[in-house]
Amino acid sequence: MANIRTMTFDGVIVGGGGSGLRAALELSQSGYKTAVISKVFPTRSHTVSAQGGITCAIASTEPDDDWRWHMYDTVKGSDYIGDQDAIEYMCSEGPQAVFELEHMGLPFSRNEDGRIYQRPFGGQSREYGKGGQAARTCAAADRTGHALLHTLYQANLKNNTVFFNEWYAVDLVKNQQGHVVGLIAICIEDGEVVFIKSKATVLATGGAGRIYASTTNALINTGDGIGMAMRAGVPQQDMEMWQFHPTGIYGAGTLITEGSRGEGGYLVNKDGERFMERYAPNAKDLAGRDVVARSMVLEILEGRGVGPEADHVLLKLDHLGEKVLNDKLPGILELSRTFAHVDPVKEPIPVVPTCHYMMGGIPTNIHGQALGQNADGSDRVIGGLYACGEAACVSVHGANRLGGNSLLDLVVFGRASGIYIEKMLSSGVEQQEASDSDLELGLSRLDKLNQSSSGEKVADLRKELQVIMQNHFGVFRKGDFMREGIKKLQAMRERIENPHLQDKSNAFNTARIEALELQNLFEVAEATAIAAEGREESRGAHARDDFTERDDENWLCHSMYYPETKTLGKRKVNFAPKTVPTFEPMIRTY
Amino acid sequence: MLVSVYRYNPETDLKPSMQDYQVEIPGGKDLMVLDVLALVKEQDDSVTYRRSCREGVCGSDGMNINGVNGLACITPLSEVVKNDKLVLRPLPGLPVIRDLVVDMSIFYKQYERIEPYLQNDDPVPAIERLQSPEDRAKLDGLYECILCACCSTNCPSFWWNPEKFVGPAGLLQAYRFLADSRDTHTDERLANLEDPFSVFRCRGIMNCVAVCPKGLNPTKAIGHIREMLMERGA
Repeated sequence: MANIRTMTFDGVIVGGGGSGLRAALELSQSGYKTAVISKVFPTRSHTVSAQGGITCAIASTEPDDDWRWHMYDTVKGSDYIGDQDAIEYMCSEGPQAVFELEHMGLPFSRNEDGRIYQRPFGGQSREYGKGGQAARTCAAADRTGHALLHTLYQANLKNNTVFFNEWYAVDLVKNQQGHVVGLIAICIEDGEVVFIKSKATVLATGGAGRIYASTTNALINTGDGIGMAMRAGVPQQDMEMWQFHPTGIYGAGTLITEGSRGEGGYLVNKDGERFMERYAPNAKDLAGRDVVARSMVLEILEGRGVGPEADHVLLKLDHLGEKVLNDKLPGILELSRTFAHVDPVKEPIPVVPTCHYMMGGIPTNIHGQALGQNADGSDRVIGGLYACGEAACVSVHGANRLGGNSLLDLVVFGRASGIYIEKMLSSGVEQQEASDSDLELGLSRLDKLNQSSSGEKVADLRKELQVIMQNHFGVFRKGDFMREGIKKLQAMRERIENPHLQDKSNAFNTARIEALELQNLFEVAEATAIAAEGREESRGAHARDDFTERDDENWLCHSMYYPETKTLGKRKVNFAPKTVPTFEPMIRTY
Repeated sequence: MLVSVYRYNPETDLKPSMQDYQVEIPGGKDLMVLDVLALVKEQDDSVTYRRSCREGVCGSDGMNINGVNGLACITPLSEVVKNDKLVLRPLPGLPVIRDLVVDMSIFYKQYERIEPYLQNDDPVPAIERLQSPEDRAKLDGLYECILCACCSTNCPSFWWNPEKFVGPAGLLQAYRFLADSRDTHTDERLANLEDPFSVFRCRGIMNCVAVCPKGLNPTKAIGHIREMLMERGA
């Protein structure tokens, strides 16, 4: 097999964040030989940055809560292109998945009765929107992601999962029958390239917020799994749907949790006006994130922004008092003091909508199986390939994700992928084989970089890409301006495929990794651009100046981006939950 | 500004050396040390360091900054730079893989040794295990550790006995599980620590407390473990 070492596992998971670790745990608990490949030590994954909590109807702070109300909120939040079978599965399985985390040791905050503390978050309601604000987000202070990720890593240590820490997945290995049989990976520490062969390959590589210049995302969020899947010809779903979080710290991009508004904080403009009362009279500052982000941008565009450039607004928390802030939002105090140089106990935090979350990704069913499409538009399972977490598009978030639903998504579908793969392995599925030529995709990309003697710097190309995305595909979008952006991107492809890697060393070569990451960022950016230009309506996070209305007649569907032809198609949304009646599309107001 | 970076590439260098870079710091902004490193890497892509969240919660970029261990991403220049010079070295006491990247295997091994996961032999309830807010408050100041290793690599006892002394980070987590009302393995956990080295090599120097970027206090946690061990022995 070429000139590289082959390692064989029952299941290999790419990514050591929440969804990857949850999938790995399920598999290693059942005794299958499971490997996790992670480009960083697992607790450095971006799940660690999640703050406010994990939304789930465990009926603690909200004693008569019902998962169906959570489902209603999620369907409405998705602007009706979330798949109702998947949302039903997530909301109904959620409580079990959350209790399991608690049993593993997750240090949730507590109520007086000893149960898990839940706080109000945006878009949450009781009684299908008719019973007012709900408090459904389970929290460990404002460090829920940190607590969750460390707990899952610890549970994997207990169950002897094999970790390849600081290994980087380069490309999938797909055989001539179209079956994914593993991947090419490189050990960052010594540069060794290996073929990791597996009956199941799970892409749990998280998001790609680094396509934008301003993002809450970690530096490592470069869409590696999405890039790998696209190079293997896997279509991507709803890539135009990017969530801009209302409260990134102005200038730094660091996240301030929605939980700060859940605890009673609110946004004000330069006149000190609580402007969300005008845009969302009922939910106010706890309307859907897309609604709040757009309202903020409108305030700024209409001249009511704050600061010398009038280009941001303020988040007021001081009225909550020092005790609440210390108990419930200690991380926010730290981040504000470090990155905004303000003390929220005394003064408001300067904030601005900031790229936060990729609702789109690799289309999957509720078992995590990656999906392609047949000629007639029906789904086709891609053999051997799975995805979960932010990299996947199940789709439970549709056009707009509700706060606290990302952590639930990653544990529920990480777990579901593990359960399904376990079943598949125990039914005795055979390892598919690959030929030398199937390994070429990854190996030739590496070779090309190692041979490079000219070309541009990765850092310069990355900046240029991020500025194009920020300017042409931001909160508000317009057709001609997007087409201009697409042209600029197309002119970059050749340059990004041939950057100059000066450092050719095999010892912990981060320059090589950054070059490979840039190529993944580019694939994600181009898919985003083409999907955004193609969807001629406004829905959820996708807001167009030239098509300002939602168009259910033509676009109550997923978009599908086909990487091989760089064209856009459609896929049906699932409106058939198994145990509850369908939630029919309605006008979405908060 | 002059930025002096510890350089070592095992493929080409017989021994480490310091390399100087002149970096133009944009006016009016108090950059973080990590931002400065990114500017250095733009000049020379071979300069090697770890980073991820860039907001002080992932623990990737622990390093020695003008002589003091800290996280590059939340250390502003104004806090550490005097005389317009920034000196960056790897965390002390661990083998260097390359430049500012150290081999953390022994650090992780000590973390794993304390069995850093909840152990409870009681039957699993249908909902969560209950815990009072007071019991939960006992975990504050413990569970927030980000495993950056700033503390353990600042500890002379850990420098001397990294194989035998668990070190401040590992012991902080040991106490996190000892203090958890839901954990039933207190006795086994203490037995696992009851030797002259694991805990008792701590001399209360408090170097760990001085550098913890999360403001945690491993020395205090070690004190609690000592008390529990004494009581158990008595």
